[in-house]
Amino acid sequence: MTVATQAPERPAPVSDETGAGRRPRRDRAGTALGRLRPATAAGLGLVTLWLSLVVLIPLAAVVVTGAQGGWSAFVDAVTSPAALSALALSAGLSLAVALVNAVVGTTIAWVLVRDPFPGSRLLDHVIDVPFALPTIVTGVVMIALYGPASPVGVNLVGTRVGLLVALLFVTLPFTVRTVQPVLAALDRDAEQAAASLGASGATVFRRVVLPVIVPAIASGASLAFARALGEYGSLVLISSNIPKQTQVASALVYGKLEDATDPVTSTQQAASLAIVLLAVSVLVLVAVELLQRKGARRHG
Amino acid sequence: MAEAATSPAAPVGERRTGRHVVRTLVVAYVAVLVVLPVGVLVWRAFAPGLGAFVDAVTDPLSVHAFWVTAEVALISVALTTVFGTVAAFLIARSGLPGMRLLDALLGLPVSVSPIVVGLALILVYGSTGWFGGALESAGIQVIMSVPGMVLATMFVSMPLVTRAVVPVLVARGTDQEQAAESLGASAAVRFWRITLPGIRTALVTGVVLALARSIGEYGAVLVVSGNVQGQTETATLRVDTLYQTLLQPDAAYAVTFVLVAVAILTIVATSLLRRSQGGTR
Repeated sequence: MTVATQAPERPAPVSDETGAGRRPRRDRAGTALGRLRPATAAGLGLVTLWLSLVVLIPLAAVVVTGAQGGWSAFVDAVTSPAALSALALSAGLSLAVALVNAVVGTTIAWVLVRDPFPGSRLLDHVIDVPFALPTIVTGVVMIALYGPASPVGVNLVGTRVGLLVALLFVTLPFTVRTVQPVLAALDRDAEQAAASLGASGATVFRRVVLPVIVPAIASGASLAFARALGEYGSLVLISSNIPKQTQVASALVYGKLEDATDPVTSTQQAASLAIVLLAVSVLVLVAVELLQRKGARRHG
Repeated sequence: MAEAATSPAAPVGERRTGRHVVRTLVVAYVAVLVVLPVGVLVWRAFAPGLGAFVDAVTDPLSVHAFWVTAEVALISVALTTVFGTVAAFLIARSGLPGMRLLDALLGLPVSVSPIVVGLALILVYGSTGWFGGALESAGIQVIMSVPGMVLATMFVSMPLVTRAVVPVLVARGTDQEQAAESLGASAAVRFWRITLPGIRTALVTGVVLALARSIGEYGAVLVVSGNVQGQTETATLRVDTLYQTLLQPDAAYAVTFVLVAVAILTIVATSLLRRSQGGTR
């Protein structure tokens, strides 16, 4: 988070000098960019201001508020029984969702790229549905099928299975969309060579294809993990929010925020929990960035 | 045609049955996980009859909620489009140091919990927040009001326009602009006549995605809006109120169907846009 809080001041003041004097060679467009320089500076100022007001200062406020009570208050907030069970539930569900997606998402991507059939275009579009649906809509959609008046007689309200199904729905596209382009760009010569030398289909996949797509699988699964960890809207209806059973981390944060008995303390506790969630988001983002660089290097 | 395309990758003949099994499993998984629940929702939205559906959707409070959603989404998308496009030019063309960091920071909001987004905005813009007191004494209420909802919506749709435009800017390069400049075109002419037409499809795709995201935001808006019926209640919040507070599941299904329809339209629109862009994803 230190990176995030320092960022607003850094680029803005340097922009004029760096843009103009010190690095003229980086401007391949030469005079074209040279004349745009005041516009570039103005743009940089605007974007920095926008990013700071909307994202960076608010996130800094979370960190400052969460740390306000000191280390012991922070530890108390994130290790209370309710907090521990909510964080453990969210982490466990997210891990499960990431693992399922690593396998299923890769398989779906494989079928879409390597086994086109009549209707695979439609399948490709259906994969986008979970991203396009608002989270609360996903929640209602889940209730329509797995709610108290379920037409198939399966009521998952207030169960962890219900949470898992909702999260699998929400995170379906992540791994598919990271693996699909890598698989499509993959040169098949190596596979054919391996097959002509007698390697079985499974061996070809494990030894030739898998090593190339592993970074993409890992970054897709990480994104699914991050999304599942902070998810709220699609779970709020099906979870029933039962403390220590189906209360996920973001629901606990919201509960603390709405708690009016001692608003200052409970807001501080909410911010402490939010720090944990934010830290995980940043870690995942860094991991994905590194994985994608690794993947890009492999492709040359 | 499909056979011809796939045969080189199937060196062993008997793999064809395995292939069919995998294909069937994939289709079944997606059908049960996604198509079945959405289909059941559509059925339940219309099961009480078309009249009940129309009544639920045209209820004054629901209509008001749709208007609030439209207002918040349009303002935030307009701002995101302007700032997001500027950010895209900076990342793709400025050659300034720190642009990788800017790109990474723009991606951060996607993986932040919406509830944390709401909390973060309250801590800064709420009446006891860092700037909230000063803004309120200046007569500007942010939290529990439209500006706060716009902020929350911008936060969650932050990178969509930028991420759509950057790849196209990078791929196109600046050759055409340089040629135009050598022929004496001014910066404004170069932008309106060459750069903008080149990125138009990508820009529209980004705007459509941002619009869909803005219409659908729930968690962050829930926290900052206060969810006052008939005032700060958006369409997504209306769904929640109808289901949880008013205990009218059928009305909730009806309003939900409208949001599902918007989402499906978004998929169709972006798919058509991508095709017109030449199949680049």
